[in-house]
Amino acid sequence: MALRTTVAGISSPEDLAEALQAAMYLADDGIATAGYLSLALGKPLLLEGAPGVGKTEAAKALAGILGRRLIRLQCFEGIDAAAALYEWNYPRQMLAIRQAKDGEQLDIYRDDFLIERPMLTTLRRPESTVLLIDEIDRSDHEFEAFLLEFLSDFSISIPERGTLRAAERPVVILTSNRTRELHEALRRRCVYHYIAYPEPEREAQIIMLRSSAVAESTARAVVQAVGLLRQEPLAKPPGVAEAVDWAEAATALAQTGAPWPEAFRRSLGAAIKDEEDLAHLRPRLPLFIPGLAA
Amino acid sequence: MIAPLPAAARLFVAFPALLREHGIAAAPEQTTSFLMAVELLGPRSVADIHRAATATLAPHPEQRERFDALFDLHFLGGALAEPGDDDFAPDEDISIQEDSGSREVLIGEEVNETGQAATGAEALSIRQLKTLDDSETLRRFGRALPAALPRRRGYRHRTARRGPMVDLARSLKDAIRHDGEVMSLKRLRRVTRPRPILLLIDVSGSMKQRSDANLALAHTIVHATRQVEVFTFGTRLTRVTRALRRKRREQALAEASGLVADWDGGTRIGDALQAFLAVPRFAAYARGAVVVVLSDGLERGDPSALVTAVARLAQRAHRIDWLTPLAADPGYRPETEALRLIAPRLASLSDGASTARICRRILSLGGTQAA
Repeated sequence: MALRTTVAGISSPEDLAEALQAAMYLADDGIATAGYLSLALGKPLLLEGAPGVGKTEAAKALAGILGRRLIRLQCFEGIDAAAALYEWNYPRQMLAIRQAKDGEQLDIYRDDFLIERPMLTTLRRPESTVLLIDEIDRSDHEFEAFLLEFLSDFSISIPERGTLRAAERPVVILTSNRTRELHEALRRRCVYHYIAYPEPEREAQIIMLRSSAVAESTARAVVQAVGLLRQEPLAKPPGVAEAVDWAEAATALAQTGAPWPEAFRRSLGAAIKDEEDLAHLRPRLPLFIPGLAA
Repeated sequence: MIAPLPAAARLFVAFPALLREHGIAAAPEQTTSFLMAVELLGPRSVADIHRAATATLAPHPEQRERFDALFDLHFLGGALAEPGDDDFAPDEDISIQEDSGSREVLIGEEVNETGQAATGAEALSIRQLKTLDDSETLRRFGRALPAALPRRRGYRHRTARRGPMVDLARSLKDAIRHDGEVMSLKRLRRVTRPRPILLLIDVSGSMKQRSDANLALAHTIVHATRQVEVFTFGTRLTRVTRALRRKRREQALAEASGLVADWDGGTRIGDALQAFLAVPRFAAYARGAVVVVLSDGLERGDPSALVTAVARLAQRAHRIDWLTPLAADPGYRPETEALRLIAPRLASLSDGASTARICRRILSLGGTQAA
């Protein structure tokens, strides 16, 4: 099987990392490699990781650099084909039937009676879309099995119309928060990357890239505190998104005149969003925020 | 005819095989992707090969350390690290040597390799007396169970007289028949399916009074509903589902008790549950299931093993219900450290002192939480 080594002007993981950085996403080696392999092999990319490490952001950045529209399919318990694939526009069909004159031939299964849902949209326009199947771990097992079929040969059958096949392999990104384990078969179909929390250096860069108002010293202080917080037994450890929020919130408070350690303490709600976690941390806050009086 | 493999590729093809030998799943199509990925990346260095391997062979984050060690061994000739305990997937019928000390949990699937038939026979004689008392309770329970199990929403819809959704497709077809006039709206509702049930029965010494009746109860459940798995545990874990499929209760129980080699022994629930989770096929039974544990929770082993095992089980299962005979006392509060630690993970911790009470509790599971 011949391999495409260059996809959309990207011919190596380093190229992809550079392009992602230009799109405001700092990628490490692992995700750049997995992303590149997924494009080159034409396989879906499965990103796993704790909430808030930037899985969805990665998909958005990837769509951005490919110059394609990101189509997001948010999974939930009970998601079904009508929400994911297609649906007939029954009210319109009904109206058309009633308005049809006697003897007129009416095809009620024309395109304009078909409501496209994310998976069908991607299948019809693979060259201009990126499909993001978000939080796949929330869907039921049946939906996972159904996805398997879609992801292996990229075709959908509509009983009234026959089987639709994608003209080229679409770019598909799946994300999972690991609230439950995915089927091995689904993992097998995909190129896989587990996104861990970034290195402190990289996380500080991410914070500054995301929010230009945050000073470098603030970013470093936040990264250090967040790193310590992640080692605590919390129900919801702060992710990268929370670190960015915290840095922004503290900066905003400091600008209104609050002293620094105090600004960190008062904006803690941006990083820790669970009452039990807050109660657990409150007595020991000075450990995490240097300079805060006990 | 298939061309022989180029010598350079052999090293790469051998790696997934090595992974499989060490309990990390790797499918043939992943091998193909791995080879293509290596080619795509150059490879310029071993780091490239490593990145290709992690992206295509998709090791679980928990298996990552072991995966990396195997990678080093294979491609760099490094020394293999000691196996961790949770990434080692054993075959059935072998013993797992836990790395903490000399404790050992055996998994026997319907094979009695230790030949403790004497204990089994003794248990059987006690059982016959007990089950006769309960047989009427069990018969009623078996009839009521299929409708009472918690249900989950299925993927499909079916037509119903009343339902939250309008079946537009059917209504439209009906309207076409009447020249586009809508005579009545057809309705749809979601199909629901009973959840599978996983029964974990403690057969250790402290549960001696209950083990026989619990097995009889398990036999009733196996015959009442379709997706059931039954395991017993004490110091080892035994799958008794197949034995309990026998129609006649006496025969089924005799066969099941012949399999169980750890009657009335010590309790190491944590290790037994971890052994259960370590076998992927067993662990899959817990997915989305109603897990009912019949045990007093008097753990002799390390409570941390039990806590992590229950946490992992809770992630897979729909709910875990712990029925302990100790809870017959209304003032009962979990005393042991292990039980207190796992209590937040349980859907309920309730009375399991008699067959009638266990039956009532299981029948009420569907009502306490809508599927």
